[in-house]
Amino acid sequence: MRGGWAILLGSVAGIAAQPVMAQSGEMSVPATVAAGSAFSIETTGSGQGTLYIAGLGQVIRKDVELGKTAWFAAGSLYNAGRYVVILAANGNSETGTLDTGALDVVPQNNPADLSFLAKPSRLPIGLHDGITGAVYVFDAYKNLITAPTPVAFALSGPSGASQTRTVTTKDGAAWTAMDSTAKQGTDKFQARDGEIASTRVIGQVPGDPCGLTMIAKADGDKVSLATDPVRDCSGNAVPDGTIVTFTETYGNAQSTVDVPLKRDIASVEMPAHNGATISVASGVILGNQIRWGK
Amino acid sequence: MSDGSGNRGGLLAVVLMAATIVFVVIGTMWPTKAALAYTGGQGFASFSSTPQAAVRNLGDEIRVEAWQKAYDGLANKAQFTEQEFEHDLKGYYPSLRTYATLDHFEVFPLHATDNDAEVRLKLYWSSVVGIMESTRDLHVVRSGDQWKAEWPLEKKPVVPPQVIPVNYLRWDVIYRGAGDDWGAQDVDAPHVRIVDMRPVQRAEGVVVLGELLNEDVVPAFVSVNATLIGKNQKAIASEGSFDKISHLLLPKQVTPFLINFPNASLADVSSVRMTPFSTLVPASADPVIEIDNEKLNPAPDASLTGQVIDQSGQVVNVAHVLGTFYDSTGHLVWVADEYLDHALLPQTPEPFNIHIPEDLARQISSERTIVSTYSSGGAA
Repeated sequence: MRGGWAILLGSVAGIAAQPVMAQSGEMSVPATVAAGSAFSIETTGSGQGTLYIAGLGQVIRKDVELGKTAWFAAGSLYNAGRYVVILAANGNSETGTLDTGALDVVPQNNPADLSFLAKPSRLPIGLHDGITGAVYVFDAYKNLITAPTPVAFALSGPSGASQTRTVTTKDGAAWTAMDSTAKQGTDKFQARDGEIASTRVIGQVPGDPCGLTMIAKADGDKVSLATDPVRDCSGNAVPDGTIVTFTETYGNAQSTVDVPLKRDIASVEMPAHNGATISVASGVILGNQIRWGK
Repeated sequence: MSDGSGNRGGLLAVVLMAATIVFVVIGTMWPTKAALAYTGGQGFASFSSTPQAAVRNLGDEIRVEAWQKAYDGLANKAQFTEQEFEHDLKGYYPSLRTYATLDHFEVFPLHATDNDAEVRLKLYWSSVVGIMESTRDLHVVRSGDQWKAEWPLEKKPVVPPQVIPVNYLRWDVIYRGAGDDWGAQDVDAPHVRIVDMRPVQRAEGVVVLGELLNEDVVPAFVSVNATLIGKNQKAIASEGSFDKISHLLLPKQVTPFLINFPNASLADVSSVRMTPFSTLVPASADPVIEIDNEKLNPAPDASLTGQVIDQSGQVVNVAHVLGTFYDSTGHLVWVADEYLDHALLPQTPEPFNIHIPEDLARQISSERTIVSTYSSGGAA
């Protein structure tokens, strides 16, 4: 692609390098044009000419009558960047560059789109600066708006309380960090610039189990084990599916079961061995221990 | 003008063709016993003049999967059908054994009289996870001038008809779409953490042992890579845990892992760089597997034995038992595993036996066992 542009710009430069013949003409090029806006280029001289506007991403060729104003409709140039403008004569027997110039296409000032990167999509509760958001502000033509513009970040938690920050963009980007709250649930993380807003969903998940406790009941030749509802240290229910490990040690033998939490409780039946020691754990968190029988 | 080379080439071609035809005819008319056995025809010692020969013939027939011939040669074939005999060897439900072939076998005479004998048949099955052993003690009886083996059929375990309520817990994942904007949010990979790691020098090389915890609230497909860094701070070798790990970790579940570096020396290593990988995957919390009666058996033949029991109602086709061994201070000593070659039926105990290296057995004072399972037709 870059090679193609090089060839194109080389060709345009080749036109510019040709010697100027008898025909004359000049042009007046605006220094900046807002992306997508209509604009004009005034020319002087007489006869027919051709305007070439070339930049990264776009090339325009327009036949003009020298001495008149060439009009370009809205949407003609929309990719921000520097463009080379060349006015060339195209008489029947005379060709060559009459004038050259440059114009800058700048992003529009009105934000039309926000690219909002929020991380992570899921995190434990109670983490300071655990949630980060970065926003890139774009105009309607996907040009990064580099002019400073205020972006409001708002994180609303499941309890309704929200954290807000307003950050002014620098070189088109603004970022912030927020705390996860003590309550599990789904947060809405919103970034807003004027009327344009983008929302992300952040899952706040419970921490490690806290105060893991089980109770045991005799059930024939088995012992029925069940945990109390498993919660983290902030009182949030640990999600179903979390593995709880029951270990029964008797004599020189041992039995183990990995049980997923279902409706906040892990339960299992294990062989009842008199004098057995039964323990419960989840991940690296240990719970209570029960001595069975005796 | 001709130099005669063309004639000599033609003569050679004719001779080679004639020789090929002659050898094909000889091979067809008088095949070697081994070749005949592999084609399923009469082969090897078909006359069972001794108890060992009878069992050896049976082993050969099992090896080439000549089920009918093997069944017809049994002394007690009236007690079961040929299909039951085949299923007894290859499994009643799809399992590692179903897709295994008998690589070789050994025959050991245990006891013999004039009319009967006890012979041990040790079968070595070639499976996708390596060689698997199984042993059967056969009673062999004299029948005229021949000996015939009685097959000790292990009856198919029968699970009483019942309804097992399963409150299915499943995680499904919706990822971002291919056409989404680059800034669009996606679901994060699960957070996993290596909670223990230890490099060990063994005769075959360096072994990196460890334990990995899924500290997230979603299931994770995990693996671990390790890179040995030399004293010049350059990488010596990089290896992965491959199957010495339980790849599916439910929330707060811990798996051991073992990474082999063959021919490496710990003396050359200044540090080990560990890289855990995790991917969010759809998964099910079932089946729940109980590991019962786990016992550490001391050397010689040090091992961890026990039984695994599928507490759910679904058949588990492949069960992989992983043992983590600790010393008296709780430090990781070794990780070993065993695949069960039979399917796990609901509520039916299936024994396992994990070998422990003799030199490490004396250091081991406790263990932790987990089972990873695979069921055909769904993530398990």
